[in-house]
Amino acid sequence: MTMPLMKPKRKNPVLRTRQMNLPPWARGRVALGMTAAAAEGRFELQVCKDCSAVQYPPREACHRCLSARLQWRAQSGEGTLLGTTTLHHSNDPFFRERLPWRLGLVQLAAGPSVIVHLHGEVGEAPAPVKVGARLDRAGQAVLIGFPSEGSEHMADDKMLREMTSDPKFRKVLVTDGKTAVGQAIVQALVKAGADIVWVGHAEPWKKLPGFDDVTKLPQVTLVPLDLTNGRSVSELAGEIGGKVDIVINNAEVHRAFGIAARRGTDVAKAEMDINYFGLLRLAQEFGPALRGRSADGVTHAAAWVNLLSIYALANYPPHGTFSASKAAAYSLAQCLRAEMRPAGIRVVNVFPGPIDDEWNQNLPPPKVAPAAIASAIVKALRDGVEDVYPGDVAQEWLERWRDNPKVLERELAAGLT
Amino acid sequence: MTNRRSSYEGVAVAVPVTVPYVRYSTRNAHWFIGQALQALVKASGLAKEQIDGLTVSSFSLSPDTAVGVTQHLGLSPRWLDHIPTGGASGVMSLRRAARAVQAGDAEVVACVAADTNHVDSFRLTLGSFSHFARDASYPYGSGGPNSIFAFITANYMRTFGATREDFGRIAVDQRSNAMKNPNALFKRPLTLDEYMAARPISDPIHLFDCVMPCAGAEAFLVMREERARELGLPHALVRGAIERHNAYADDPVMVRGGWRMDRDELYAQACATPADIQFVQTYDDYPVIVMLQFEDLGFCDKGGGSAFVRAHTMTHDGSFPNNTSGGQLSVGQAGAAGGFLGMTEAIRQLTGQAGERAVRDAKLGLVTGFGMVTYDRCLCTGAVILGSSS
Repeated sequence: MTMPLMKPKRKNPVLRTRQMNLPPWARGRVALGMTAAAAEGRFELQVCKDCSAVQYPPREACHRCLSARLQWRAQSGEGTLLGTTTLHHSNDPFFRERLPWRLGLVQLAAGPSVIVHLHGEVGEAPAPVKVGARLDRAGQAVLIGFPSEGSEHMADDKMLREMTSDPKFRKVLVTDGKTAVGQAIVQALVKAGADIVWVGHAEPWKKLPGFDDVTKLPQVTLVPLDLTNGRSVSELAGEIGGKVDIVINNAEVHRAFGIAARRGTDVAKAEMDINYFGLLRLAQEFGPALRGRSADGVTHAAAWVNLLSIYALANYPPHGTFSASKAAAYSLAQCLRAEMRPAGIRVVNVFPGPIDDEWNQNLPPPKVAPAAIASAIVKALRDGVEDVYPGDVAQEWLERWRDNPKVLERELAAGLT
Repeated sequence: MTNRRSSYEGVAVAVPVTVPYVRYSTRNAHWFIGQALQALVKASGLAKEQIDGLTVSSFSLSPDTAVGVTQHLGLSPRWLDHIPTGGASGVMSLRRAARAVQAGDAEVVACVAADTNHVDSFRLTLGSFSHFARDASYPYGSGGPNSIFAFITANYMRTFGATREDFGRIAVDQRSNAMKNPNALFKRPLTLDEYMAARPISDPIHLFDCVMPCAGAEAFLVMREERARELGLPHALVRGAIERHNAYADDPVMVRGGWRMDRDELYAQACATPADIQFVQTYDDYPVIVMLQFEDLGFCDKGGGSAFVRAHTMTHDGSFPNNTSGGQLSVGQAGAAGGFLGMTEAIRQLTGQAGERAVRDAKLGLVTGFGMVTYDRCLCTGAVILGSSS
């Protein structure tokens, strides 16, 4: 049983805020294959294409038949715990500050023995255990030994909480509460136990459906925020920047045009101004504050979420300028991830297919519901995932894009989605 | 059927030297290697130029290897080897040097192991020790080998019913030996109660199960027996030697080492049985490994290690002398020199240079090596049987 996390006491403002020391982040290029899978929530190991032997640690040639044809394949993670240890000493500052720390040696049913961080609900050896891959605070994949069946509060495990960005007891900024997606995100965060949700609204005079339901939640505080206005962003950061643990940037402008269907660049500029420059303004103002608080107790600053689009991967001509703005935002989000990584702040990029809203009215189903995006974001924060493709369309595009980006480009050009 | 290997007959080991250990040093590994070579020259009466073969073992020499050492120290050997295999480097250096002098590739080979220890060098060594360690063990708590051997110890205790007291006996007896070794970094005796009360490091590993990283060097000379006699050097003879790497790779957790695979050949080479061995210098990175070696080298059955240590006193004057120098657990682990400690001690025991910690009438001793925890176990195992020349 994991004891439920108690709401932490108010921080003593006199004490120095503890700074982040990342866990060891160095990995070889091959080992990064495990990170690539874990970034999307999967546990994969190399499997030999010729003799099917499962390999670990990651390597360049099959330890059984010497084949170089090793492929990353999903693993069930079933295994047996062979031994455990609780570290009371470590040579690394990250772990020194978090001792004692429990580890296990697990023999996977698939073959190899793996060293894992051990969830507190896993007992002593021998015991069945389920191994999964998670990103640690350095953003690199690590293996974790989970109990076969977890209890209600297993997410509150001290070790797991160090790996994830669970919204429970955290303070979150959602940059746009006016949209259906924004409102669904706010609802989901409150349900997940967020302490405070600051909800941005750019145009306070507009009355939009559903907004009142969100604003009357006790956890919610409305804040003026216009991402096109540097001063607005700066003022809000000055007010709450030092308290925000998670930023969710869902503000976007979406118009359905390509190049020829509309003259001039005004609309394209408006899309870029929110979708790209808005992210840039927000990151410049809120990024440093988040980085400075990434080791600040159990509710340390943890994550930054960008609502992108699956169109960021490949241009969808009917929504051509929107696709371009999201591609720009995606590229900037990669830069943000690189800059946030040394502080241990996770940047989560969400790539939905068409959302079931007014700007996708003419698109045939399936379209992803705002509530589904919201729950995907909360799940990603809890599971420590950094790339999220919610919905069937996003999953299918991703598969096609990975299979052959050029073929997908031709298909999209032909209006085939 | 593989060809029978040639014997090691006629190979002598001599001139065991130790560059005194210090906890931390601002010197480089080259300094310790230089000191060791100077001690070899002085103690042997040979001119530096007469040493025409060299092996070097070190973790802190990078980016240099044995090659850079020749220029640094003004040597011009006609045979050279770099053997950076840590705890196995003593046995492996001896085996290679023995073949070189038998074949005439070199006349006198200096085998040197040396490491420095700067204040932060242990942490840096651990993080970049191997590709597998970097990718699959160091990110898990960064306890270094402590956590790996904690798994091995915990599994051994659970499987065979060994207790912490059993491991304590090994550590306590070694400390008793160390009291008679002026070079040991640990100067105070250790009681079983103190061992049991030590703070946990990575349970079931506690403080006195761990070696203390330090700086220092160990070295010896290898030559043909006639040459040692000509030079009037007290020497021991190589009676047999084995090594094995990545043995029992399919065992999910280490319960036996490569010694088990080759021990029959080792004893056959030496025309001896375990009962003939008068002392052992086991590689003692952790007491559980000492116990595994007692089993794998045939002194008791697998799983019988606990009963064996309860039945024996492992001091130099006891019924089963083990690590008569005090071993790394009590002398300190000067990096790769830890892999030489048993070798220099065994040569001293067999050449009457062990002072007040001498094993009485020592004629036959066993030295082991165990090195390189690249991921979840040590990969290199080796053992040598040395006999006195009389």
